[in-house]
Amino acid sequence: MMNSVLRTRISQGHRTMRYPAGPLPDLPERFAGRPRIDAGKCRSDCSKCVAACPAEAISRGASGNGPELDTGRCIFCGSCLKACEYGAMEFGRSHQLASAKRDDLVVTAADSNVPSAFKENVRRLFGRSLKLRQVSAGGCNACEADTNVLNTLAWDLGRFGIQFVASPRHADGLLITGPVSVNMELALRKTYEAVAEPKIVIAVGACAISGGIFRTHAETRGGADSVVPVDLYVPGCPPHPLTILDGLLRLLGRLSDTGV
Amino acid sequence: MKAACVIRNGCVTQLAAVPSLTIEDFREFVAEGVRGGSSIAAMFGTREPEGSAILFAVLAEDSSGLLSLASARTGDSYPAVTPDCEQAHMFEREIAEQLGVTPSGHPWLKPVRYPLFRADGSAPAGRNPCGVADFFSMEGDEIHEVAVGPVHAGIIEPGHFRFQCHGERVLHLEISLGYQHRGMERAVVAGPDKRTAHYIETIAGDTTIGHTLAYSLLVEGLSGSAAPARAQVIRGLALELERMANHVGDLGALAGDIGYLPTMSYCGRIRGDLLNATADLCGNRFGRGLVRPGGVGYDVTDGIAERVSDRVRGALRDAKSAVSLLWNTPSVLARFEGTGTVATETARRIGLVGVAARASGLDADVRRDHPYGVYRFAHIPVAAAASGDVFARAWVRWQEVERSAAFVLEQLDAMPRGEEKTAGGRPAADSMGVSLVEGWRGRICHVAVTDGAGRLACYKMVDPSFLNWFGLACAMRGQEISDFPLCNKSFNLSYCGHDL
Repeated sequence: MMNSVLRTRISQGHRTMRYPAGPLPDLPERFAGRPRIDAGKCRSDCSKCVAACPAEAISRGASGNGPELDTGRCIFCGSCLKACEYGAMEFGRSHQLASAKRDDLVVTAADSNVPSAFKENVRRLFGRSLKLRQVSAGGCNACEADTNVLNTLAWDLGRFGIQFVASPRHADGLLITGPVSVNMELALRKTYEAVAEPKIVIAVGACAISGGIFRTHAETRGGADSVVPVDLYVPGCPPHPLTILDGLLRLLGRLSDTGV
Repeated sequence: MKAACVIRNGCVTQLAAVPSLTIEDFREFVAEGVRGGSSIAAMFGTREPEGSAILFAVLAEDSSGLLSLASARTGDSYPAVTPDCEQAHMFEREIAEQLGVTPSGHPWLKPVRYPLFRADGSAPAGRNPCGVADFFSMEGDEIHEVAVGPVHAGIIEPGHFRFQCHGERVLHLEISLGYQHRGMERAVVAGPDKRTAHYIETIAGDTTIGHTLAYSLLVEGLSGSAAPARAQVIRGLALELERMANHVGDLGALAGDIGYLPTMSYCGRIRGDLLNATADLCGNRFGRGLVRPGGVGYDVTDGIAERVSDRVRGALRDAKSAVSLLWNTPSVLARFEGTGTVATETARRIGLVGVAARASGLDADVRRDHPYGVYRFAHIPVAAAASGDVFARAWVRWQEVERSAAFVLEQLDAMPRGEEKTAGGRPAADSMGVSLVEGWRGRICHVAVTDGAGRLACYKMVDPSFLNWFGLACAMRGQEISDFPLCNKSFNLSYCGHDL
């Protein structure tokens, strides 16, 4: 029996990715990464992308430089791409979406750079050891699942000193998913209060950032920062595990904040 | 008693053709139907403007593949069906909560989700905060109560579990949910619109394909259109990939819950590979944007077909070696066997569906019994076990992984040519339709009722978790409380799919 365990161990091989020291893990051919807007192609008399967006993530910018896309609301469905007759919008290949500031999640024609996720005080406190308590507050289990994936041996989150713990009393912060359902608000507040100061909060997914498509529902609070202060926003529906990991590492200063 | 209206999966009838029974006949229709071998796929109601309510029941007969529909008008109270038909209990609790109609004589009429609004949009008076209600409790010198949740230890959704224990032994478990309630059914009323499919995708994010498939079949039925053959095959691929990914993940998590780390470690990674196969199809690991009314959002190119095929072959090979460790390790089997048993008769009476039902000896699978799409042409053998314990639920999962993989590889080899979508029409007015899909947890049932303009007047979403959570409570009877994580994982039910 022990032999079969060892044989299996050998056949399964070593599967932990070399990233970030090595190359990026493969992203699917049809992956929708950070959006880009081409003001040159956009027509000022057209708002088809705005009308098509199911998440109300697109608005006609005040700058007159074409539409603005809020990746904090965007569910990366591509309805805007299909609606645009001029090819002014596209989703790039970049997985780097996370930002320390809510406002920086808005992509414009003038600025689609990687938003900054670094916080010096967070690096100083938790740069080498960060224990997180995960709270799902109305999440659909997709963000939860792709956060959990970071614990598998392929991603091996523990090698960065980041760990999910069983109690808020053991934690340095919360990682929140979901739009914060009214029915979870009290539990979320209590969990937050149970974490000792100093503490941080990470909002993962469009729902946790802005409420996502549930934003206007009376049954939700429209995102984590309506209940607790948020230090890092990770866009996506759900974000790819690489997007979450990249956000965590850039927040902690363990990865260059300027993009790869 | 007037004859029920009978349709098949994915079909639609004029609302006027659904017979309106007296409440006595309606109760008999449900209770007799279930005694005769049918199960309740959905039971719900709508409020009428003048204050009365109309109840609907959808019974699924697996042996004939027929769905029977009937309705009844009631005032603010009617004699509950549950005392004569246990599997109605959650549906009647939901009816009470959503309509303000009391099924009198219901043995345990508690809130289901603690919603802010009823189905007609009114706010119930005196709504309690989520989870605040009387719990079943026991008394005795050595009886004690254990309360767990809503926030749990792992990366998992919230729910509250209340155990009545004698020492380590659990005498009773009551499960209290609702924390994930987002107002899903209310939000899709008056649709379909640009947001509807996205709501459906997030009913339960891990069942994106299953629920969008049920929704698409229903909208196609209502609008008299059908997805082309190529789309039906792609939908089948996606549904089986979703099943494989979740089952492999669950087998690993079951190993983790008994501290058997090799299988846990390998399966976590293999599950990711299978999610990546779904991402090959549409760019998203959960299949967002893939299944849509009229077909699929993305075609499968030859290159993608080859990549998915390679991934599935590799994942199956690795999963075989990882999972066979479970069946060959006595310490694993000692923990799996005889733990969390649900007897066949209990499973039938409480209306278990899916993996949990098959593990308890019920021979039911929507793909065979109420075939839809590609499953009308390509058949997957139904998995079975009889012992009803954690082992059986694990074993059924593994059989399904192997059979889904064989199906996927076979279908990828012989994809029909042609379009991957058709233009859909408008849903028919004043109609009612039902769709069933065998999601990875079990039977998903969606029911739509349209208004005079063809808009959704009422849309019911019945995730398999809605029926199966009570199965977990039954499985814990007489079990040690330390077995709860293992039993819970062996069902692995959805919180948000239940809470909507």
